[in-house]
Parts: sequence; structure tokens; C-alpha cells
Amino acid sequence: MSSPWSWYVILGTIASLIACFWLVAYANRQRASESEIKESESHVWDENIRELNNPLPMWWLWLFIGTVLWSVFYLIYYPGMGNFDGLSGWSQEQQYADEVAAAEAQYGPMFAAFGAMEVTALVDDPAALGIGQSLYQNYCSQCHGSTAQGARGFPNLTDDEWLYGGSPAQIEHSIMLGRAGVMPPLAGVFPTEEALDEMVRYVQEMPDGMNTESPAHQQYMTLCIACHGPTGAGLQALGAPSLVDNVYLYGSSAAETRISIAAGRAGEMPAFGDLIGSDRARILAAYVYSLSQ
Amino acid sequence: MDNSSSYNDKVVRQFAIMTVVWGVVGMLVGLIIAAQLIWPGLSMDVPWLTYSRLRPLHTNAVIFAFGGSALFATAYYVVQRTCHVRLAFDKLAAFTFWGWQAVIILAAITLPLGITQSKEYAELEWPIDLLIAVVWVSFGICYLFTIGRRRVKHIYVANWFYAAFIITVAVLHIFNNLAIPVSLWKSYPIYSGVVDGMMQWWYGHNAVGFFLTAGFLGMMYYFVPKQANRPIYSYRLSVVHFWALIAIYMWAGPHHLHYTSLPNWAQSIGMVFSVILLAPSWGGMINGIMTLSGAWHKLRTDPVLKFMIVALSFYGMSTFEGPMMSIKTVNALSHYTDWTIGHVHSGALGWVAMMTIGSLYCLIPRLYNKTEMYSIKLIDVHFWTSTIGVVLYAVSMWIAGITQGLMWRALNEDGTLTYSFIESIKFTYPYYGIRLLGGLVFFSGMLVMVYNVYMTIRKVQPAPVPVVQAVRA
Repeated sequence: MSSPWSWYVILGTIASLIACFWLVAYANRQRASESEIKESESHVWDENIRELNNPLPMWWLWLFIGTVLWSVFYLIYYPGMGNFDGLSGWSQEQQYADEVAAAEAQYGPMFAAFGAMEVTALVDDPAALGIGQSLYQNYCSQCHGSTAQGARGFPNLTDDEWLYGGSPAQIEHSIMLGRAGVMPPLAGVFPTEEALDEMVRYVQEMPDGMNTESPAHQQYMTLCIACHGPTGAGLQALGAPSLVDNVYLYGSSAAETRISIAAGRAGEMPAFGDLIGSDRARILAAYVYSLSQ
Repeated sequence: MDNSSSYNDKVVRQFAIMTVVWGVVGMLVGLIIAAQLIWPGLSMDVPWLTYSRLRPLHTNAVIFAFGGSALFATAYYVVQRTCHVRLAFDKLAAFTFWGWQAVIILAAITLPLGITQSKEYAELEWPIDLLIAVVWVSFGICYLFTIGRRRVKHIYVANWFYAAFIITVAVLHIFNNLAIPVSLWKSYPIYSGVVDGMMQWWYGHNAVGFFLTAGFLGMMYYFVPKQANRPIYSYRLSVVHFWALIAIYMWAGPHHLHYTSLPNWAQSIGMVFSVILLAPSWGGMINGIMTLSGAWHKLRTDPVLKFMIVALSFYGMSTFEGPMMSIKTVNALSHYTDWTIGHVHSGALGWVAMMTIGSLYCLIPRLYNKTEMYSIKLIDVHFWTSTIGVVLYAVSMWIAGITQGLMWRALNEDGTLTYSFIESIKFTYPYYGIRLLGGLVFFSGMLVMVYNVYMTIRKVQPAPVPVVQAVRA
């Protein structure tokens, strides 16, 4: 804030506070006598509306003056008067930094100790798993659910089916750096609606074995094979799901399969590394790993 | 009778009746969204019925349709009676009625369609905002010209509050809604980022301060002494608290933006002036309650006065709670919780609605040449449903809100959060149920009112009321 604006704020604030004092002093300049109380009663509006002129209640007066005085001290001690920082030097930014630093000092060593352990060791540590569960509930449950069983578009973490792999290192990678799953939209590569329908049927039947007789088989072997593999088992390095395991992220119906093929899908697991740091990520990885063991 | 020698009560009657109608409608929408918070499936996947669209419809309906119509009705009534002159400009006054109803209908159509500026209490898009501005300025012209033509020297205190409310709301509405239209139903505010946030809450809090407080204090200053037949307690107190209230409310908006990107200095100033507001607010409560001093026995027999005294009590309580919640330390706990919702409704139902209802029970018989409502007993029934309803509502939201705030900040020994967000929602469910029950009880009282009003005014052809001669010019 430039200096003139700062002075504008300061002067406006001081003028308002002084006006409050002046107003009280003006109205209270003389205690009303009995005759004065009666006198104003001679104004009458609408037949029976009158006014007395009782003195200001003293407790009310002191309440008013007290809050104004308190404000003066507050604005000397805390920021408020334009660019003047206040004697305390307090600011919300500093309060936040201080509280984070205090928490880090208090809890940091404990998290660092856990962070130095291997995931396979952490899963045997009830204290670590307890912390992991708290972290899970606050950072992960919004998408993966309170019981970690997932939801449409959000993988189940309690089974042993993994898009990107279920080893401790792979889980930790997913948490720290996030994942971006992309199924490209392929509507354009099918010459006719029937060809697309054929592919939908072919993919739906894949868990029962690949139908090499299907006209879609040739297309699978050229289009889909690169990610989903020659047997349809998928490829964890790319996050390409297995098409033969009867586990579905977006539903198993023909309609959903058709959308996946024609319109594509985009899944995003956000990166939590910058938010929670590597120590907490490792504890969280241990908790998630323990769910599938 | 010469037209100018009688009051223009037609426009008052129109607004008074629509106050009851919009009260029922607005509170019904409130009930629906309260139920949706318990049973989200109630929107039945119809976009127009989703919570996010009905919630602004509820707030707009109760504040601007119900509260607004009540303010128009009583302002027009009070200014004529206390200035001892007919309302200025019959046709312009009629325009304000039809214009305001048009605004309400447009709101009821556009908000469910999802047409919104996304500014709380200022959701309506620019064409409707323009209509509001025209109607509001017309309201100001009718009102202020009537004061200019008054036949008494002194302007009665109720008129100071109504005038301040009308003038300030015009300024707030116009400046907060300055926007660049890009199509008929879409515009962008001329402010950006935190400046937009500050403008919004400068508007938003003063909508509370002037629309829902100053205007209703005007109502209080006429109908309480009228119904109690007692003089106002203290003229000088009314002077002090009027000027302090209107000067200080202007500063309080930033307390809605504590611990945000709003600079520290603005947050502090918003907070200290919010705390200073306690005494000026209580000045109005004292003046209202002490006006009954010497007439306390009337509370035993007059349910209309009971409405007014309970309204003043809720006003006092809400204006204590508000400054407290504006203190940063308290706000860090209360903000974003249902405590805020409880606070708003103890003000909106306890103060605004109960003062309105009490005033209407005083006003409606007079508008239809009767001495009292069809049934005093039913007014008493309405009083108790309102009181029980608002207490259930406010208490359940206090418990829910404070517990939410405590759950969100609870830490385990290892520094991790004890509760996930969904656990705080799960905790809140029973209190959502109590809140819905409170709303239902309050709403049922409004239906009793509809019946009582209907029975009072049916088959009545209201005759013009002659202007009362001023006692001392």
C-alpha cells in the first residue's frame, strides 16, 4: 500500500474512533433533569407516539467507551493502521509459519524416524499404521473412500489388482508423484458403428478368452496391443489395465466399455509429495500396502 | 373525501399481504434445502432443484421478498402516520410495488436456472440488478418526498432509520453490482480478486446492517410504542445509537474475510469496528425493551407485544454473538461451520421475522378498518410456534457448529488430524434433523398466520383513512 493510501486508512480510522467518543460525550454532556425528560414528551406523532428523554444508561455508556478504548489499544498492538505493523509485529502469515515450524519441531523427528524405515518394516509397526490411517482419512478417503474400497473412477486399494503396481516402491511413487492415466478416444478409427460394437463385444468377452475369430481381433492386435498387451493382461509401467481380470474402474457394462473405447478416459491421481513430504508419504504407502496384504 | 386528505394505504396493503405470501414461500424453500442436507436424493437429479440453486433462492426470498416487502409496507405506513401527510406520488409508489414483485418473480425463475453472479445475497444478474436500482431509487423518492412534505417539525426517529436504510442500500447495491455484461444473463464484476471479495462483504455485511437491522429498527421504533401505547424510553439514546450504528456498520465487512488473502490491516479494522458495534446495537434493544417499562403486565394478555419483546431479545443476543464471532480467535473456530448458520437464523427468524410478524399483526387490522386480528388466540399459537422453532433451530446449529470447529482442529498425539471431514458431517446429521424440525415448527406458525390474516381481511372493502391532524406543527 502506498503511503497516501496508508495515511487515508489511518486518518479515517482515527477520525471514526474520535467521532465515537465525541458522540457519547455530546449526548451525555448534561444528565437529563426530570423536567427535560417530560419536556420532549410534548412532541406527539400519530395520536399516541411520544418520546421520553431518559439519560443514557451508565453501564451502556461504559460498554461503548470500553470497546472504543480497547480498539485503540488493539490497533496500536496489532496491524491495522495502514502500513503500521503494530507493536507486536504479528501477522497471519507469521502466525502460520510459526505454527508450522512448531509442529515440525514437535512431530518432525518422529516422522523422520518412520521415514527412515522400510515400508515392509512399517507394516509391522502398529503406531505407524495408526498414523497412516489418520493420513489416509484426511488425504485419500475423499476419492478412494473411507474403507479404501474405491468408487467409480477411483481404484479399490484393498484388493490385489493394481494399475501401476502394488509393490511398496510403486505405491510410494504413486503417492509422491501422482499418476496420469490416459485411454485415448478411438471413435475415429472405427469405420462404422458396427465395427465399434464389434470391438465392445470383443473386449467384454476377453475375460473368457480372446476370440481370434472376431473381426475386432485384428484391430485389437494393431491398436490396443501396444498398451494392453498381446494377452490383454495390461502393462503396469503405463497404467494400462488388464482386460482379462473382471475388475473394472468405470463399470463392466457394454455402455461403459463403449464410452471407454470411443471417448477415452482420463484418470488422475494427484501428486502429494510437495504437500505431505517424503516421510509421511512412506507411512501412507505402508498403510496402503498393508490394506492389500 | 379529498384524495390528499387520506393516507395511501393501498400500496401498504399490497406489500403487507405479499409479505405473508413471500414469508411462506421463502421459508418453504428453506425447509426443502434443510431436508436436502439430510436426504441429498431429494433433488431427484433435477438440476433446478439442486441445493446450490435453491439455497440462493431461499436467501433471496426471505431477505428481499419477505423482509423487503415488510420494509416497503411498514416504511410507507410509518412515514405517512408520523409525517401526518399522504405518501408522495401514488403512481410511483404503485410502480415500486409491481417493480419489486417483478424482481422477485425474475429471481424465482433465474436462480433455479443457474443464472447467478455467484455473489452471496447479490446473485441476481445485471438486468435484474438494473430493475432493482430503478425500483429502489423510486422507493427513495416516494419516501423522502413524503418526509419533505411532513406537517410536523420533528422527524420521528423511525424515519431516520428507514431513510438511512433506503439510501445506504441503494449505494451498496449499485457499487457491489458494477459489472460488465457479456450477454443478457452473464456479466463479470469490474473488481477482481481480493478487491472483489472485499466489495462483496462490504455489501454483504451492510445488507445485514441496513436491510435487516436499520430498516427493522425503524419498524420497531413505530410499532413497539404504538402497540404498547407507551412513550419511547430515551430520545438521546436513539440519537447516539442511530449515528453510531450507521457510521460503524460500514466498517465491519472484513470480518467475513478473516485469515484470507485480505491484508492484515483490513481484517483488524473490520474486527475492531465489529466489536465497537455491540453498544450501538444494544442501544436499540434498550430503547425498545425499556419502552415497555411500566407496561409489563400487557405481555400477559397481548401476544403481539410478546412477538416484539422476543424479537428485541433475539436482536440483543445476535448483536452480542456477532461482535464475538468477529474476533479472530473466535472466528478461527466458528468460520465455515454451522455456527454461522445458527447466528444468521437467530437474527433472521428471531429478530427480523418476529418483529415483522408482530408489526403485521398490529398493522393489518388497521389497514382493513378493524381494531384487532380475527383471533388473538391464534396469534398466541403463532408466537409459541415461532419461539420454539427458532430456539430449536439456533441451539441445534450452535451445537453442530461448535463441534464441527472443534473436530476440524482436533489433533492426535502424533500431530495428525483426529477426524476426517466426513466424520464431522456424520456427527452433524442428528442436528440437521433438529434444525429441520425447528424450521417446520416455525413454518407451521406462518400457516396459522395465513389463516388468521385471511379471516381478518375477507369480505372487507377497506375505506380510506383520513390524515390525522398533527398535534403541534
